[in-house]
Amino acid sequence: MSMLPATINFGHRAQALRPFGGRLSRLIGIRRMVVCAGLLVLALGFGLLTLASGDFPVPLGDVLRVLVGQAEPSVQMVVVEWRLPRVALALLLGAALGLSGAIFQSITRNPLGSPDIIGFEAGAYTGALLVMVAMGGGYLMVAGGALVGGLITAALVYGLAWRRGVQGFRLIIVGIGVSAMLTALNKFMLLRAQLEVAMSAAMWDAGSLNGLGLDRLLIAALLLLVLIPASLLLARPMAQLEMGDDAASALGISAERTRVLLMVLGVALIATVTATAGPIGFVALVAPQLARRLTRAAGVALLPSAAMGALLLVAADYLAQRAFAPTQLPVGVVTISLGGMYFAWLLVAEARRQ
Amino acid sequence: MDNSVPHSRLHADDVTIGYDRQVISSNLSVAIPDGSFTVIVGANACGKSTLLRALARLIKPSAGQIVLDGKAISDYPAREVARRLGLLPQSSIAPDGITVADLVARGRYPHQSFLQQWSDADEAAVIAAMEATHITALSHRRVDELSGGQRQRVWIAMVLAQETPLLLLDEPTTYLDITHQIELMELLRVLNQRDGKTVTAVLHDLNQACRYGTHLIAMRNGAVVAEGAPREIMTAELVEAVFGLACVIIEDPIAHTPLVIPRGAPTPVAGV
Repeated sequence: MSMLPATINFGHRAQALRPFGGRLSRLIGIRRMVVCAGLLVLALGFGLLTLASGDFPVPLGDVLRVLVGQAEPSVQMVVVEWRLPRVALALLLGAALGLSGAIFQSITRNPLGSPDIIGFEAGAYTGALLVMVAMGGGYLMVAGGALVGGLITAALVYGLAWRRGVQGFRLIIVGIGVSAMLTALNKFMLLRAQLEVAMSAAMWDAGSLNGLGLDRLLIAALLLLVLIPASLLLARPMAQLEMGDDAASALGISAERTRVLLMVLGVALIATVTATAGPIGFVALVAPQLARRLTRAAGVALLPSAAMGALLLVAADYLAQRAFAPTQLPVGVVTISLGGMYFAWLLVAEARRQ
Repeated sequence: MDNSVPHSRLHADDVTIGYDRQVISSNLSVAIPDGSFTVIVGANACGKSTLLRALARLIKPSAGQIVLDGKAISDYPAREVARRLGLLPQSSIAPDGITVADLVARGRYPHQSFLQQWSDADEAAVIAAMEATHITALSHRRVDELSGGQRQRVWIAMVLAQETPLLLLDEPTTYLDITHQIELMELLRVLNQRDGKTVTAVLHDLNQACRYGTHLIAMRNGAVVAEGAPREIMTAELVEAVFGLACVIIEDPIAHTPLVIPRGAPTPVAGV
């Protein structure tokens, strides 16, 4: 393995790695790696904390013993069957939200271009609601409805914003309009639905991980274990696309095809989250920007955004469970407060800069 | 191969090009002579940038074809084209906060694969591209804090890192002051003469076109009006025909190439 120091001054620490006699080569940004690892450790730490706390507290040592399979059956049941699916879902869904946000912020080249702002999440929710209200379908059908709803909304927003290609800012404005109309439609459906359907749909409206079990986790994990790696594979073409269609095409990228592929993946990610836990706001918006500030990278990056999303959601869910215990808040309420703080901080930062 | 015309790796054969349903050029045939510094000139909206974009495969002709190395350019995989032909578009966006070396390194994309993302060749090409454009000392700086002239050199370095034998540039001197314009033209000449690259640029300045270009293509209303060496084709009649500008042509006292002097208003305005 050759470990030559990079001879180019990149303005940040970078390390060229060329193992296997140069058959594999990578340029590793040190700061980015450290940030990703740090976020992951923190996210797992919050996960352990969530596994340990609740109506039936389990000492952290016991939690670790459970995870290696050496604990009493009762403790085993509390940690693995009651709490583990929820923690795993928080990590996975959080990563999906971070990725989805990063994809759309990159495509629109705008920090506001995240799926919860430009209507794709509302559209996925509309699709899910339609399935629930009209057909009373199970989780898989709801997930399918969310995906179709999200894709139709994306096609609609993209089509309405199209004028010899799509420009980021126009897409956001159109998306905000479509989002408002869909939110009205969603409220209307909740009001007109039968009481019990409306009750369960409304519980879900705020975005919550309460009571999600192993069955949900398995399906969501299966979907996300395809979608997340597929998105990460597109990280490099996505970065090239940020330089504009002409420059990207001149470097050998089919701009339109790459963009459509990215959008489909981004919608599928947000639809999976929405079908599993309802619309969870602001994680997709905030995670890529926070990750960017920590890594000091150019443009939004997928891997750090995913790690930040996982940390944000698992931490928010811990707060949702513990802040007013024994009352359980929907995690969506916590992420909305998080979003509020993010905007306040942005305003202060902007004001200071001027 | 016809021996009477110089060999050309890149040419347009009887193409019809435009945007949506608006045709800019029809039945246009143009060849970029190998090893030349070709400059495309013409009035605004005469179709010169459209031609360049078609040559770079950014737009697809609705009829005819662009031929690269004997084969229709549309038959190549996109990456293969990008290994033979580099393009500096009129406007590119530097990702927020990117450093010079990171941006130049992006030019290596067509040479990289899933396994190979930073080979010795990549590193060597980026170092050479930054040397050639004199930006090595800037490599750690953020692109958004550079001056316009420096930034344009960074973009050119990115295209050079692509290591293509053919180089297309769409109005590369726009927004540059005169010093940086000349600096850039000198750089392009070095790339053409020392490194043997075939350079094709769309330019507005006729005098720079005559001084640095070895082959001129003058366009009007989507068609080629004249092409050849500047000394042979640049006449007052041609400028009149292409730009509708009355002028005299004298010899550039330094480079001995044609120099276009506009006649302007027939009499000086009184009181000025």
